[in-house]
Amino acid sequence: MTTTEERSERSVPKPVFTDAEAGAKEFPDSGPSARHYNYFKPAKRKQTHYEDVTVEVQPDPRHYLTQGWIYGFADGSRGYPLTWTKLKAWGVDDPEPERGPGSGGKPVENWPAHGWHEFRDPNEEWELTMYRYNANVVRQVNQNIENARNAKAFEQWSPNWVRFVERNVGAWMHIEHILGLYVFAANNRSGPTNMHNTAMAVNSEHKIRIAQDLALYNLTLSEEIEGFDGAAHIDAWNNDPVWQGARKVCEALPAIRDDWGESIFATNIVFEPLIGELFRSNLVMQAAAGHGDYVTPTVMGAAEYDFDQRDLRWTVACFAPLTQDREFADHNKQLMNGWLAEWVPQCLEAARTMQPLWSQTDAKPPRFEDSLDKAKNRFAGILSDLGLDTPKELNQ
Amino acid sequence: MSRQSLAKAHQKIQELSWEPVYHEPYMKYGTDYTFRKAAKKDPLKQVLRSYFPMQEEKDNRVYGASDGAIRGNMFRQVQERWLEWQKLFLSIIPLPEISAARSMPMLFQAVPNPELHNGQAIQMIDEVRHSTIQQNLKRLYMNNYIDPAGFNNTLRNFHSDYCGTIGRQFAEGFITGDAITAASIYLTIVAETAFTNTLFVAMPAEAAANGDYLLPTVFHSVQSDESRHISNGYATLLMALSDEDNRQLLERDLRYAWWNNHRVVDAAIGTFIEYGTKDRRKDRESYAEMWRRWIYDDYYRSYLLPLEKYGLVIPHDLIEESWNQIWNKGYVHEVAQFFSTGWLANYWRIDGMTDEDFEWFEYKYPGWYDKYGKWWENYNRLAKPNGHHPIVAEDVDYVYPHRCWTCMVPCLVREDMVMDKVDGQWRTYCHEACRWTDAEAFRPTYQGRETPNMGKLVGHREWETLYHGWNWADVVKDMGFVRDDGNTMTAQPHLDLDPKKMWTLDHMRRMPHLQSPNVLLNEMSDSEREAFAADYVRQGPAGRPAGKGEHLKS
Repeated sequence: MTTTEERSERSVPKPVFTDAEAGAKEFPDSGPSARHYNYFKPAKRKQTHYEDVTVEVQPDPRHYLTQGWIYGFADGSRGYPLTWTKLKAWGVDDPEPERGPGSGGKPVENWPAHGWHEFRDPNEEWELTMYRYNANVVRQVNQNIENARNAKAFEQWSPNWVRFVERNVGAWMHIEHILGLYVFAANNRSGPTNMHNTAMAVNSEHKIRIAQDLALYNLTLSEEIEGFDGAAHIDAWNNDPVWQGARKVCEALPAIRDDWGESIFATNIVFEPLIGELFRSNLVMQAAAGHGDYVTPTVMGAAEYDFDQRDLRWTVACFAPLTQDREFADHNKQLMNGWLAEWVPQCLEAARTMQPLWSQTDAKPPRFEDSLDKAKNRFAGILSDLGLDTPKELNQ
Repeated sequence: MSRQSLAKAHQKIQELSWEPVYHEPYMKYGTDYTFRKAAKKDPLKQVLRSYFPMQEEKDNRVYGASDGAIRGNMFRQVQERWLEWQKLFLSIIPLPEISAARSMPMLFQAVPNPELHNGQAIQMIDEVRHSTIQQNLKRLYMNNYIDPAGFNNTLRNFHSDYCGTIGRQFAEGFITGDAITAASIYLTIVAETAFTNTLFVAMPAEAAANGDYLLPTVFHSVQSDESRHISNGYATLLMALSDEDNRQLLERDLRYAWWNNHRVVDAAIGTFIEYGTKDRRKDRESYAEMWRRWIYDDYYRSYLLPLEKYGLVIPHDLIEESWNQIWNKGYVHEVAQFFSTGWLANYWRIDGMTDEDFEWFEYKYPGWYDKYGKWWENYNRLAKPNGHHPIVAEDVDYVYPHRCWTCMVPCLVREDMVMDKVDGQWRTYCHEACRWTDAEAFRPTYQGRETPNMGKLVGHREWETLYHGWNWADVVKDMGFVRDDGNTMTAQPHLDLDPKKMWTLDHMRRMPHLQSPNVLLNEMSDSEREAFAADYVRQGPAGRPAGKGEHLKS
């Protein structure tokens, strides 16, 4: 026989019909035209989802921050100083509204107050996009490696190529890691708007991810290839002369003093095409197939796609308008040309230090000079997109 | 993860740790803390290969629920009283979140332990998630809730509103000044470890009780990331504790961070949970009960106290005083009353309290009605325009308070108000702990020790200063808290959306001009100021003039 025990009524909140949905009543601000964020001007006719979740999240005293920043550094700087780069966008030299007793809030009358706010990440990155994109990449990379493992594809590699991957593909992970953490993430505190800083944060995700992907790929290879030295990349990074040029210039990037603009410019405009793509695209991805390796190019290819399709895109969108700036175009061009003069020779010197890598494999990749020419042409094209002339240093 | 175990994978990525050889990285953010290179491990043990798909899956759940809420007409059951307060909360919170992302590189430089940087980088990514997912939630409310005003101009409002400025401490405090004070002690050790419990766990539960299951969906997903951040803070704290020289700074920063978080978070979240809800079941926890459980027991007793044996000096006195403020001194009730007094300076509608609310408050906080009941009856009486002024300009036995210069919440527990001349200006503080924060802690020397990296409290910290002598209609218009007909105010002291029942700029224009308490204070003679202070500390509770509430004081 079954019995049903009496239980006291559980205490739960009761649903209530409130009819609080859009359109239930008419009153000022009840119409469809009131249902959009109305405190900024979209870049195009219609504001995008990306703009809605990023624009103006980081306040600006020249816009609506009427009480001003409320915490300062010891030196008196506060918030996100526009002086944290030497680059200038129109309007930055106009004085901030002076507020005080009885002044009122002095909110911006013609948004935006200065040109930095015109920047939009063409990749329109926010949390939804960055997780979808990166999750897809890691899934694909994992599948590629797993398929190769199951197919015993690594057994086809020649010993010489195994040494090349363990040392040199391995060494590259350090560069991606340094750029990810100590250039892009490090500068996401410094940009003038939320759109800049979010783009830098997303760029850093790509870099940290590929660094880890390379490390974990290295781990898989240690498990799959007999005699694969999983620590050889550390020796190459620390001691191999061919890597010391790239390491030196890579370490110089986080050492740039107090200029997020120079940091990003030197990294994505100069270092990446002349060193990054030179190694990833014009060496590893060209040489691997000849050694029976169809996996490494897919791992490296993910990084290439990151840079080519996303990281470079936002960087060009960030810097190109500055060379056409209605107020500071000449100032910015002069500054960027100075940065080119500073960084191009360092990168070319580092690239040439890497030249022996082109001779280390059995199946020869394109000649180093051809690879470098390709990288230089690509670099000159990027400069053209930015509205900058090719520097004489490129001919060195 | 593929076949590699997480631990093994995590161990492998430690090979990425960078020891500079050719160039030292530029140290942009300073700290007065010193760190031995103590071998603390990255507590997160997270690799991006598993992190990204995990976060994507969490996103899928959140956005699936969002879609379901719209298709299921969730807004037919949402309590307007609740959602109106979200106009404030969701205008504030995306900035603290993105500021937490911005603060992580400050730790890369301040904490010389490359292994910890991995966890900090993942926290940075998490925080970008939180900020944008919250902006998106607000966008969804704006599109689907009956009254979009206040959501649609959310960030303009937040940046210019005094409540927003109070909330901004919970953002600028993470990214400015001494890197460890800001990004570690204030952010991870106190804000995230202690107060996200009330922010992201207790408050969403209350949202669900008010028909809104999207806020819990988003914020519980956010909170699942916070537990990782707590581990980051703990590892840094243990590193800091290993150096004797840091203990004085740790003591200072815990006192500041604890008290400021209490003042700011308890003011806001306490008000949302107690005065924003329609759920008056007697067995539902009050904010005080939640606080006792989540913060006093779970944080103070379970997390902080065990650290005493490592030499951490815990601010027992301030923790007990915070409880005293909440339980005996009516801190949350005083704040809710002030927000409602000043409804006209805000951008959301504030519902009055009903008999059912009174009964619940009296049950949960015995003596509540005698202190606050009459004022809320007056609030209801004066809610709809009928030839009178808004309650702030009517005689309801409420003295408009002075602001605390430090936490910027007004000095509402009147007997605790202290006054001091700091940086050549007379300032009022809500409590001695806030005076200490401004006058002693945020200074380049602390107890005789040089603290050159410590930040400063700056800005126009008293909102009323900007509008001293202004007509209220011009104040509201200047801030932009006006609806699309150009006259009806965004804020209302009731929930009736009948345009004839709503306050307009025309009503505001008849009011007396706004006066800045701080400007007036600094115009007083010494004797006038002494008399002012003597009178102020005799005021209350519930803002009563001096002498009128003596019998109600605890």
